[in-house]
Amino acid sequence: MDPLLNPFDYFTLPFGDWSESALDWIVDIGRAPLLAAKAPVQVFLNLIQGGLIAVPPLVGLIFIAAVGFFLSGWRLALIGLVCLCFIGLIGAWEAAMITLSIVLTSVVLCILVGLPLGILAARSDRFFRILRPVLDFMQTMPSFVYLVPVVMLFGIGDAPGVIVTCLFAITPLIRLTNLGIREVREDMVEAAYAFGASETRVLFGTQLPLARPTILAGLNQTVLLSLTMAVVASMISVGGLGRMVLEGIGRLDFGSATVGGLGIVMAAILVDRYTQALGAARSGRGSGGA
Amino acid sequence: MANEHPVNCCNLWKIFGARAEQALEAAKSGEVDKDEAFKRFGCVIGVADASFSVAEGEVFCIMGLSGSGKSTIIRHVNRLIEPTAGLIHVEGRDVMGLNPKELRELRARKIGMVFQHMALWPHKTISENVAFGLEVQKTPKETRRAAADDALERVSLGGWGDRYPDELSGGMQQRVGLARALAADPDILLMDEPFSALDPLIRKDLQDEFLKLSREMKKTTLFITHDLDEAMKMGNRIAIMKDGRIVQTGTPENIVLRPATEYVSRFVSSISTLKYISAVEIMTQGGTAPGAREFGPSTPLPALLKAFSEGAEELTIKDGDRCLGRIGSAEILETVKSDLARV
Ligand SMILES: Nc1ncnc2c1ncn2[C@@H]1O[C@H](COP(=O)(O)OP(=O)(O)OP(=O)(O)O)[C@@H](O)[C@H]1O
Ligand SMILES: [Mg+2]
Repeated sequence: MDPLLNPFDYFTLPFGDWSESALDWIVDIGRAPLLAAKAPVQVFLNLIQGGLIAVPPLVGLIFIAAVGFFLSGWRLALIGLVCLCFIGLIGAWEAAMITLSIVLTSVVLCILVGLPLGILAARSDRFFRILRPVLDFMQTMPSFVYLVPVVMLFGIGDAPGVIVTCLFAITPLIRLTNLGIREVREDMVEAAYAFGASETRVLFGTQLPLARPTILAGLNQTVLLSLTMAVVASMISVGGLGRMVLEGIGRLDFGSATVGGLGIVMAAILVDRYTQALGAARSGRGSGGA
Repeated sequence: MANEHPVNCCNLWKIFGARAEQALEAAKSGEVDKDEAFKRFGCVIGVADASFSVAEGEVFCIMGLSGSGKSTIIRHVNRLIEPTAGLIHVEGRDVMGLNPKELRELRARKIGMVFQHMALWPHKTISENVAFGLEVQKTPKETRRAAADDALERVSLGGWGDRYPDELSGGMQQRVGLARALAADPDILLMDEPFSALDPLIRKDLQDEFLKLSREMKKTTLFITHDLDEAMKMGNRIAIMKDGRIVQTGTPENIVLRPATEYVSRFVSSISTLKYISAVEIMTQGGTAPGAREFGPSTPLPALLKAFSEGAEELTIKDGDRCLGRIGSAEILETVKSDLARV
């Protein structure tokens, strides 16, 4: 009777073995091109990370306040200052800079890949039909699951961290770029054609500017997801605030874990407010219409 | 083509849907009508066998209810939509034969278009909106600015160039729409229900203003409306559409006085004929009135009424030397009575 009631004690598929050999196989043939793809990411990341860490905190504070003031006004500047000061005061400055550099690199990558994909999806129903289930699938997967294949293919460290962050965070940008372009009022596009605009001109002169608020909302989500993933990626030995938390928990060092956690909260508030202001700035004209 | 009208449209068909070709065959042979085509082929007949031409400087109205295919027709003229069958010639050239560059040039230089919901670009200033057609043609900036100011001046919006569309009222926005269509000084205007979205009073203002502009500038105009009164007011000629077909084309008088089908007569039944009716249609034949004032056969009723109010008792209708008939107060009363009975 027992084999019938508890079949899984007697029979399991060796799925772990299969996937391992499948991955081995992919790694065998894909290693060289994958490493080649990793190299520019690494270079770019080093550049940004080196820059952010080299900047003296005072300069960083002045810079963030200036950007905040320029984007929206003194309130945003104040929020930026408070967040960064707090991060500095609790001693998480360097870790925060490492995390921010990973977020920044991954967001740039997301824009480079996601924006064109979103535009393509908006222009071709067929492409969108293929892309949509992929995006749905990517969005259903918990952040954790991304780590396994990325480690197998790219190894551990900051550059694979950027890649996994990018994979995890790119979907909203693609989705909302597509949506934003499709939502642009039909007659405004038609009017542009009617006055002799070319396809490229309609895209860059009419559709993208009018879709801007939606695209920037997507960018905001992408930035926040990047931060989430940059923290989770500490499990594949990515440095920064996430590692502070992880190591703190591992060593039962409650203080260090709290500092890391608070740093993450502050960083999240900071990037959220700043990217939202990016959407609101100068877009007073973007959404109006008749 | 023998007919050298600026806009010429011959046996135009537009069928939306994957099986358009099959539906076209069936519709041409008269097998299916609009509903049937949708059931059998899943295709929507947008325009069915429409032919018309617009003479130089003429305002040609296309009138029909919602969904009758007006917008679809007008979009063929600048090839925003491509026909399933038929020919469209603009200034003697087949628009389907143009390459992309020629088409863009035609759109930017020869044809101006006005949209029902203005369709101004909210991220551009009024000036930039108006000068867009010139901008895509790489006209130098100063020329563009001057042309935009000029066009805005024409629609009495001089000085508003640096504002944004959302700072303007609906009526002003549609003036901008008109200015945008006029800026490149095109020969042809396409107007798709330009005044339908406006309040009645503002609509009337804009109609009057457009009529004035149109008389000054003599643009060949294709004017779409679902409002018969507007069509009568604006059009030199009117085409009435039903289910994608043009059921009658003619002058306002012709349409009101001699509707070709039941459908058209139902349409025009609410329009008073008094403005269009002429002497020859109400006179009693023969029997001259000695010593009475004389009028030609095509004299409109209002002119006859004026003569009566100036004290005439009876009028004689003469075509050159030939005497046709006479009109007395009885004829006038009869006309008014039958017109009132129609409505
Ligand atoms: N892209 C399209 N695909 C399918 N059917 C269409 C398309 N465009 C128009 N149609 C159909 O063609 C017919 C004519 O539409 P059209 O827009 O020309 O009407 P209209 O006379 O301009 O009406 P309205 O006064 O509402 O603007 C309608 O039945 C419409 O459903
Ligand atoms: Mg329409």
